[in-house]
Amino acid sequence: MGLLDKEFSDNNILITTTENLFNWARLSSLWQVGFGLACCAIEMMATSASHYDFDRFGVIPRPSPRQSDVIIVSGTVTLKMALRVKRLYEQMPDPKYVISMGSCSNCGGPYWEHGYHVLKGVDRVIPVDVYVPGCPPRPEALLEGLLKLQEKIRYESITKKNNEIV
Amino acid sequence: MKSFEEISELLKNNFSDIQFEFHPEAKFEPYILVPANKIDTVCLFLRDNNDLYFDSLINLSAVDDFNGNKIKDPQGNEIMQGGTMSIYYHLESIKFRHKLLVKVIVDRDNPSVNSVTSIWNCANWHEREAFDLFGINFNNHPDLRRILMPYDWEFGHPLKKDYQNPEFYQGMRVPY
Repeated sequence: MGLLDKEFSDNNILITTTENLFNWARLSSLWQVGFGLACCAIEMMATSASHYDFDRFGVIPRPSPRQSDVIIVSGTVTLKMALRVKRLYEQMPDPKYVISMGSCSNCGGPYWEHGYHVLKGVDRVIPVDVYVPGCPPRPEALLEGLLKLQEKIRYESITKKNNEIV
Repeated sequence: MKSFEEISELLKNNFSDIQFEFHPEAKFEPYILVPANKIDTVCLFLRDNNDLYFDSLINLSAVDDFNGNKIKDPQGNEIMQGGTMSIYYHLESIKFRHKLLVKVIVDRDNPSVNSVTSIWNCANWHEREAFDLFGINFNNHPDLRRILMPYDWEFGHPLKKDYQNPEFYQGMRVPY
C-alpha cells in the first residue's frame, strides 16, 4: 500500500494516515552520520558516489550526529572506538536507526578469536536494525541493507506493536 | 653503497669501547647486535656519518623471545619470569641505497631502552606501538602513551606471550 494509492484523480489532494505519512517521510530522507571506520567505509563512500548514488534514496552524509537519522557502522569497531561509537549514537535524535555493515561490526569478523583490541560485534554497545554481511559488502549489498531498513520503517507504528515486515 | 662488512668495519673503528656482535650469516638478514644502553649513540652516528647516511628508519619492531622460566601465578596461569625481548631497527639510506638491520636485546621483566625519536621523528609512533603491545619503556620519549589499545587499558600488553585477555572492559564483553 503506497502513499499515492488514495490520490484523487483530479485534485492535488492526498488522503493517508499520519502514520503512513510520517513513515514515508522518514524512510525517504534517511540522513546518515558522516562516519566511517575501515575498508567498509571505502565501499560506503563508493555507494555514496555517483555510480551507485545513495542520494537517490535520500541518503546524504551529515557532518553532525545531531542532524542524522541513521548511523552506518562501517568497519572494525575497536574497544577504543566502541566508546566513541556509543557516544555518537547517543547524540543522535530519535527516531534513530543503525546499520551494521560488514563482518567486523556484525560479529568481529576475522578478529573474532585473536583480536584482543576488537569488540566482537557492535550490537554489544548499540542496538542494530539491519546487518549487512560481507567483507567488505559490495555497494549493492549496502543498498539492499538500506532497502530493508526502509521496509522496516514503512511498517513502523506508534499505536500498534505489530510491525512485521512483509 | 656500502656492504654489510664495510658498515661493520666503520662501526668497529669509530666505537672501540662498544661491544658489537656482527651476524653476517644470520638466517634471513645480516644484523648487528648493539648494547641496549648505546643504541641512541650508535643510531646518531649511523644517521650523521657522511659515508653511511641512514636517513630513514623503515621500521621499528619488538619481539617477545619468551625464553625465561615458566612459572604459575596464583590463578594457575602460566607466566614467564626473566628472559629477554628483542627490538629491531630497520634502517635505509635513501641517498646511498643501502640497508641495515640493528638489533637490541633488553631484559624482559623490566624492558627499557633509549628512544631514537630525536634522531628519526618517525620513531615516535613506532615506539608508542612497541610500548603499547610489549610494555617496553623508551627513555626520553616525548609522548609515551598507548596507541592501539584504549588509554585506560589496565590488563597488560597484548603481544606478550603470557598475556591474558580480560573478560570485560568498561562493561563490554571482550571474548567472542
